[in-house]
This record gives sequence, C-alpha cells and structure tokens, in this order.
Amino acid sequence: MAITAATAALATSGPSPQRRAGPGPWFALTPMLGWLLLFVIVPTLMLIVVSFSERDALGRVVYSFNFENYIRAFDWKWLKILGISVWYAFLTTVICLILGYPVAYFIGRSSERVRGLLIMLVMIPFWTSFLIRTYAWISILAQEGLLNALLMTLNITSAPIGFMYTPFAVVLGLVYNFLPFMILPIYTSVEKLDGSLIEAAYDLGARPARVFGQIVLPLTKPGIAAGILLVFVPAIAMFAITTLMGGGANPTIGEVIQNQFTKARNQPFGAALGVLLLAIFLFSLWLSTKFRRGEED
Amino acid sequence: MTDALAPVPPAKRWWLPPGPAVQRAFFGGWTIAVFAFLYIPILLLVVYSFNDSKLNLHWAGFTTKWYGLLLGNEVLLRAFKNSLIVAGASTVLAVFIGTTAAWLLYRYRFPAQQTLGLLIFIPMVMPEVLMGVSLLVLFVNLGIPLGYTTLIIAHTTFCFPFVLVGVQARLQGLDPSLEEAAQDLGATPFKAFWLVIVPYLMPAIVAGALMSFTLSFDEYIVTIFTSGSESQTLPLKVYGMVRVGLNPQLNALSTLFIAATAVLVIASQFFTRKKTT
Repeated sequence: MAITAATAALATSGPSPQRRAGPGPWFALTPMLGWLLLFVIVPTLMLIVVSFSERDALGRVVYSFNFENYIRAFDWKWLKILGISVWYAFLTTVICLILGYPVAYFIGRSSERVRGLLIMLVMIPFWTSFLIRTYAWISILAQEGLLNALLMTLNITSAPIGFMYTPFAVVLGLVYNFLPFMILPIYTSVEKLDGSLIEAAYDLGARPARVFGQIVLPLTKPGIAAGILLVFVPAIAMFAITTLMGGGANPTIGEVIQNQFTKARNQPFGAALGVLLLAIFLFSLWLSTKFRRGEED
Repeated sequence: MTDALAPVPPAKRWWLPPGPAVQRAFFGGWTIAVFAFLYIPILLLVVYSFNDSKLNLHWAGFTTKWYGLLLGNEVLLRAFKNSLIVAGASTVLAVFIGTTAAWLLYRYRFPAQQTLGLLIFIPMVMPEVLMGVSLLVLFVNLGIPLGYTTLIIAHTTFCFPFVLVGVQARLQGLDPSLEEAAQDLGATPFKAFWLVIVPYLMPAIVAGALMSFTLSFDEYIVTIFTSGSESQTLPLKVYGMVRVGLNPQLNALSTLFIAATAVLVIASQFFTRKKTT
C-alpha cells in the first residue's frame, strides 16, 4: 500500500538505528541521488532558464535573458485561465473533502477485516487509468450517452441535454478522478486515531459534534493536509480530463502549457506558465510541510 | 503496526465508536453512496462492453465481438507491446533505485536527510505536466531523441519514490538484530543486505513493483511529452479513441484495463499485508 505509506510518511519520520554514512553507503546511494539531480532538479532549472528565453521562427529555443514571457503571462487573458483552473481545483478539493472524509472515517474505524476490503475498493479506481474513468463518465453524459437515452426513454426530456463541455462536467471529472487521493491519506490518519480517546469523550458526556470538533478533527488534520496537497495542486495542473470533459473551449492552465509545448511551439512561453505553476506547487508543498511540522510540535 | 500491540479495550464496537445509531447509519450510508458514485460508471462501462449494439442504452444481447475486434487491431497491439516494454523496464529500474535507497536512508545518517526526504517526495506529488515539460526540455537540450529511452527515464522518475516509500514503511518493522546477527557471523554490509534484508523486504518490493508497473502502464500526461512516434504507448491510443467518442471497442479495452488493474491492486495488497513474523 505504497500510497498510504507515502501519505503516512508525510506526517511521520521515525528514528532508526542509524550510523554515519561512510564512502560505501554514499557510493550505493549515487544511483538515486544522480537520478534526482539529473531528472528532477536539472530539468526544473532548465525549465526556469527556458522561461527567460526566446524562440526563433521555427519554434526552437534561443537562449537569452528577458522577462517577455512573464510580462505576457501576466496578461489578463492568461491570468483568467489560471484563475479558472484554481477555481476548478478549489471546488474539486472541497467536494472531495466533503465526500471523502466520512468515507475515510468510516473505513478507518471499521474492523480490520472490513477495513482491508474497503480500502482495496478505494484503491482499484485510484490505480485505474484516469482516461478510462473519464471515458466512463463521457459514456454516461454524452449527447448520445446513457443518461440522455434514459431521460428520453422515460419521456423526461424530448431532446438530449448538453451535460458535456460544461464547468459541471469538468469538476465532476476532476472529483471522480481525485476522490481516492483525498480518502487515502485521511484514512491513514483515522486509522492511527486512538479509539479510546473517543470513547472517553463519550463516557464523559461529550456530544458527537464536540467529539468530532475537539478530538477527531484535530487528530486527522495531517491527513486532511496531505489530502488537500494531493488533490488541489494536481487538479490545477490536470489537463486531459478538462480537455475531454470541457471540450477545450475554456482551457485550463495545464491545457495551455501543453499547447505551448506541442501545437503552438512556443516553449519559452509555456515554460514561463510552467514556472508559475511550479511556484504554486512549491508554495503548497511548503505550506503543508510547515503545517505538519506545526502539528508535530 | 504498533496498533496491534495496544491492549484491546473491552467490548469495543467493531466499526464505530460508541455513539448514536443515527451517526453510524449516516457514515455507513455515506460510504455506500460514495462507493456507488465510484463504481456505477465503471460497472456500466463493463456491462456495455458486452452489448451487441453500437447504440448505447439499448441492450441488444450479449456479445464478445468487441473484444475480438481489439485482438485484430494492429495499432493497439503495438501500443500494448510498447507499454509493456516501458512499464517493465521502468519497474526494474524503480525497484533497484527505490529499494537500495530506502535501505541506505534507513540504515545510515546522511547530511540534510530532511531535505533529501522532501526531494524524494517531489516526483510523487509534482504536477505531471511540469515533470513532462521539464524532462522534454532536458532531452531536447541533451540531444536525446524521444523514444523508449526517454520514456523509461521519465517513468522511472515518478515510479521509484513509490517503491522507496513502500519499502521504507516495511523497514519500520525490521528487527535491527537481524542485520547485526548477519554481520556478527561475518557477512559484509552488502551481503547482509542481499541475504537478510532483501528477503525480509520482499513483500514490499513486490508490492512496489506491481504499483510501479501499474503507474507506468497507465501514465498519459508525462508520456505525451516524452514519447517518440515509434514508442507510442497504450494510453496515448486510448486518449485518441476517447476524443473521437463513444465506441464499444473502447468499452472492451477499458474493461481489460480495469480487470488488469484490479488484479494488480489485489496482488499488491496481498503482498503488503503479508506478515513475516
């Protein structure tokens, strides 16, 4: 269960029987260090460099140093796209939290046997290609899809309703995709919750709302923080779902970046938008790390 | 893991703390509703993959002809082969990098370990589009033509942290005397790792490998930017089909995807839960 382990690792780092690393361990660690350096850090830095460059007539990057791409990125047109993307991601995160929290709580407090089964049921959609899960909704919501066919058979409507290519469809697609990312980390927190605390509170006469507000919620905050991080930022950047469900007429920031790198062949401008996205990502990561550290103290 | 050692409070309710029955009904009902939301679209997809009609709602009888058509689709079969190559190679690399690094980081103290931990975490949560475009920029600058190599590099980058973290979780339950005993008996650190630690970690390694494979096999966004025309993987073809519209062949393909994912998830859960002691 790597993902739950991963989200658990977000919150804790236990001590281990450690020795100072000598040359041997350093050498053995080089594959990973090299990989991170070469394929995570260096590419990110190069993206930043490219964002300050220009392109020639053929779309090749010409290295220079200017702020043209950023000036262009801060144009109202692109800011609006970024704003809409953030708004969609915000809605997605809130809906996932509302839908997911009770589920995570229910699973986390159920007996071990039931828990294993239920968590597996959350994992299967989580690991299924999001393209296929999006297609599942398209086959329901399309003009000639199941829902319209059903409504027309029942004579509720006479003509198909345009569910697709609406903000509703986009957010639905995002929620459907990201819901397990919210459930799993919260579940990890709930699972670690000491049930006797809750029982004690009830024994002392606390009402359910108070038990939730003063015990359950504070103790599951790390899970909520991790869930928000895993849903909000990826939802801002997600593009294939938004293209398929939204029809591409109102692109999100991810779609624009993709277009700049593929069709528009304007890598420097795409890179500048990417750097803005990177800034949002790093800021969120910093915020959630800070939040979790604060919880541990 | 430590939960198991805690004393079990007497007469503990099996699924919710003592509270009003209404509360239990609410959480249970909510969970059922959310599972319905998660599964009904998938189930409909599967059901209609066996429908003998191109029209969606109308049920014209059971058929497997859409599956038959898939098997005759050369383009999809080639993409499937590419996906297997990329996922297989990425998984091998990810398991190697992830397992060794997890052990070293657990066993030895490195400077700036916190920062390193965060850095490992970044490929897991970084928006895929950023990973895709930054790797594209790197490959273009290094003059590496887009193809299998670039795809495998890209996929390994987001797969290995999952292996690492899963293995790390299992290391938390490791008895330190195990390795000490091996070293006391004269094993070198490498030998102790290979003969004592790796077998202990095997369930986590297998689970991590299954997850890497699934992640890589399903990956679409990073793949768009890092694959060449010869190395098109299955998700790229699936996207093309989804764009075109409803198609029972795509239902059949989706059903196979879902079935394969379910098998991999169940298998990896089985290995994660396997206890050694």
